[in-house]
Parts: sequence; C-alpha cells; structure tokens
Amino acid sequence: MSTTTSSRRRFSLEFLGVAPFIIFGLMFLVLPTLYLLGGAFIGRDGELTFDNILGLFTDQIMAAYWISIRIAGASSIIGALAGLAIALAIIRGRLPAPLRSAIMTFSGVASNFAGVPLAFAFIATLGRLGLVTIIAKTVFGLDLYRAGFNLLSFWGLTITYLYFQIPLMILIIAPAIDGLKKEWSEAAASLGAQPWQFWRYIGLPILWPSFLGTVSLLFANAFGAIATAYGLTGSSLNIVPILLYAQIRGDALQNPGLGAALALGMVVITAFANIIYLVISQRAERWMK
Amino acid sequence: MKQNRFWAWVVFLLGASYFIVPLVATFEFSLRMRRGYYSFDSYASVFSDPNFQATFGYSVLIGIFSILVGIVIVVPAVYFVRLRLPWLRPFMEFFTLLPLIIPAIILVYGYIRLYNSSSIIPFTGSALGTDILLTFAYVTLALPYTYRAVDTGMRTIDVQTLTEAAQIAGANTIQIISQIILPNILVAVLSGAFLTFAIVIGEFTIASLLNRPAFGPYLQNIGANRAYEPAALAIISFIITWGAMGMINVLGRFAPRTSARTD
Repeated sequence: MSTTTSSRRRFSLEFLGVAPFIIFGLMFLVLPTLYLLGGAFIGRDGELTFDNILGLFTDQIMAAYWISIRIAGASSIIGALAGLAIALAIIRGRLPAPLRSAIMTFSGVASNFAGVPLAFAFIATLGRLGLVTIIAKTVFGLDLYRAGFNLLSFWGLTITYLYFQIPLMILIIAPAIDGLKKEWSEAAASLGAQPWQFWRYIGLPILWPSFLGTVSLLFANAFGAIATAYGLTGSSLNIVPILLYAQIRGDALQNPGLGAALALGMVVITAFANIIYLVISQRAERWMK
Repeated sequence: MKQNRFWAWVVFLLGASYFIVPLVATFEFSLRMRRGYYSFDSYASVFSDPNFQATFGYSVLIGIFSILVGIVIVVPAVYFVRLRLPWLRPFMEFFTLLPLIIPAIILVYGYIRLYNSSSIIPFTGSALGTDILLTFAYVTLALPYTYRAVDTGMRTIDVQTLTEAAQIAGANTIQIISQIILPNILVAVLSGAFLTFAIVIGEFTIASLLNRPAFGPYLQNIGANRAYEPAALAIISFIITWGAMGMINVLGRFAPRTSARTD
C-alpha cells in the first residue's frame, strides 16, 4: 500500500521534472513551426488551398531559392574541404601541439563569430575601401571591383560565410580524424601500403560519412543564416531568408500565406539536408567505437 | 614524412592568413577615423554612445535570463531522464536537434503568428511579454548546446549513487538536484552558459523582428549609418566572443577527467 503511493508520487515527480522541458519544446519549437507551416496551406478566406505553394513558382522567389542554395552549397562544400585539410594538417601533419589547441580554440570563437559583426569585418577587408582591396590596388595594381568582384554577390557572400563554416567543420571533423587509429596506418604500412594507398582505401572511406554528414549540417547552417547577409547588404540581396525577413517586417509579398509557404520551403530544404546528416552519422558512428 | 609536414605547414599558413587578415583589416579600419593618422576615436565614439550602453546592457540582461531559464528547464529533465526515464531520451534528442534544423527566422515568424496580441497567450502584446518571448526564443536557440553540455556533465558523474546517498541522508528531490547534482556538473553548466551568452549577445534576427532594443539590431543600425564605428564594434564583438570561449576553455581544465561509471 505505502509502496504504491510512494512509487506513484515518485512517478509524478519524475514527470514534473521533465514536464517543463517538454512543454517548453512544444510551445516554442513544435507548435509555432507547425502553426506557421500549416498556414502555408490556408488561403485568404481560411479555406484549404495549394495556391500559396504554387505561388512560390515565380521568377523572383525561384531566383531567391536558387541563389540561396548555391551560396549554401558552395560555402558548405568549400568550407568542408578547407576545414578537413586544416584538421588533417594539425592532427596528422604533426604540427606542434600548442598550435593545435590554439586552432581548436580559435575555431570555437570563429564559428560563433557570425552575424552582423562578421559582415562589418568583411566590409573592412574586401569592401570598396577595405584593406585588402586597397592593398591589391596600390601594391599589385589590381582593382578587384573593376575586375568584377563584389562583396555583395554570390562569391562575396560565400567567402564571408566560410569564416564560420571552416571552423565549424574543423570542430566537427577533428574527433573523426582522431578516431583514425594509429594502428591502422601502421598495419597498412607493414602490409606494404604507400601513404596514398592508406588514404585511398582506409582513411578517406572511414572519414567519408562524417565528411558528407558535416557538409549537410554546414549547408543548413548557411541556408538559414540571415544576419551576416543582412549586415553586408541590407535588404538588397535577393536570398530566401532576406526575402522572408522583408515579408515578416512589412508583408512584402502582400500575402501572409505566401510568406508561410516561403518558410515551408526553407524548412523542407534544411530538414532534407539534416536528415541526410542524421542517416549518415548513424553509419559513421560504427567506426567511432 | 618530411613532405607530409611541409604540406601541413602550407595548409596551416593559408588557413591562418584567411582568418587573420580580416581581423587585421578590421582593426586597421577601426583606427582610421581621424584623417591622417591612427587613433582610437571610433572606440571612444562607440563607448560614449548611450544607445551602445543601453542596448548592450539589455542584451546582457536577456542573456543572463536565458541562461537561467535554460538551466532550470534542462537540468531536471536530463537528471530524470538519466535516472528513471531513459525511454524519453530519443524525444529529448529530437527536441534539442530541432533548433539546428529550423532556422531562427522561421521560429520567430511562428512566434509572431502564434503569440500575437490577439491570441490566447499574447506575448507580443506588451513590452514585458515580448522580452519574455525573446528570452524564451534565446533559450530555444541555445537548447542544443545547453542540453549537450549538461548531458555530458551528467555522464561524468555517478547520478545513481549520488542520488541514493542523498536520499539516505534524507534529502528531497529539489535538494538533490540543486545541492548535489548541480554543483557536481557546474563546470559543464557554465560552459553551456558561456556558449549561450556568445550566441545571444549579438543576435540580430529574432531581436529585430520582435522589435526589441537589443545589441544585434543596434549593430545593424550603426552599420547602415556610420563608417568607422562598425569596424570598432566588430573588434569589440570578437573580443566578447573570444572571452566567452576562453572562459569555456579555462573551465575545461577544472572538469572531472575520470568518468565514474560508464555502464
């Protein structure tokens, strides 16, 4: 008798401890998102409709999605390759140990140094009056802007995004590289493998899932980012998050349902990238043990 | 092997120049305010701006509240899931992954639609309500990091034994969590707190769309209207981020190195 009451009391206590977390998650993650995305299927008069989704297929919106996907794709793939190279250099290239910990710390800082201040830094570097632009012009006689470069463009934004993408890659991939056991390369070498053969047949196949998974995480990271782009360009660049920002601010598309559909498109794309990540990282974990 | 090392240095130097040049350029730019020679005028101008002080103070305050709310929500949940409700773990993992999948701009759009002034819970109907909503939004943004920090912290201590020992000594559950578990995972919790702070302090999207006078929108506004102050603010922001991350590193040295039980 007394045991059942006490166990029931403990049972409810446990749920009392977990409940705030669950309620919070529902109220501030699940419900707002579902409510918003549901709005994509509701027309002006409150009826169920696919007009909003079809409304996405205009030139302006499709162009916005396309340039967003290109920027996120380029910055995630280049960022992942550069991050992998740096991580390999510091871990397998036997650079001095203090250098390694300095790079890891810096990566932690730089991966969080996104947003408006990052935009300022790149304006001061590669903007029209930026230091690199001026040095290129006065010392090397190369006018970057006359040569077709513009910070407020696909490549300008990609170069800026790399500042947080590369460090994020280093932080995520370093444990995977640490997981490549020394014994494996020794075993390969004692069987007569050249270093490149080790990487071709052992190292890269093992790193591949983590690599691909991190690319999709970086993709989602860049695709949803707005503050950096907004800090660089104001609202002049036609990428999806900025279009959505303008829509929330002042109903720029003059149709709330279309705004919701725009958001739905973003979630579908980032979710797709992350599902790839989840599936792949499950595979990758087999090697981490 | 020697060649290997050569390429490692080449990669390192290339990477280092990409990351260091913008910092140098920004710093140099921030010193250019007075014509003809370098000065710290832009910094003086920033620090004497009452809007800088007000918005920075506001963001620090919101950041502190976000950290506290995050701890209160996450620590008991992780504790009970570890101790008694392991089947809930997948849900926790799912919840804490969502903020990485759903961009911040979509979350805040959802909040504005769901919690507008004519809804059941009109968060955005008043300034205080919007402040609370902003705090909760930041708790949400930081959730993946807070959760992982706390979860890692609890993995290194023996929650089961500590709880039983405390119960035998007559402690109730609130005492166990606040006086036994929390002090033992303090390093992990503080790491999460500093990361939250680094994320929150210059956040732009949510604060701007909720129309709150936070540091992020202030930065953006200065960027659109001034020439040299933005560079100074970028350097200041970088130092703040560096400070928060540096604290995490320092704390890491105090973290328990042995895991008590790995079953």
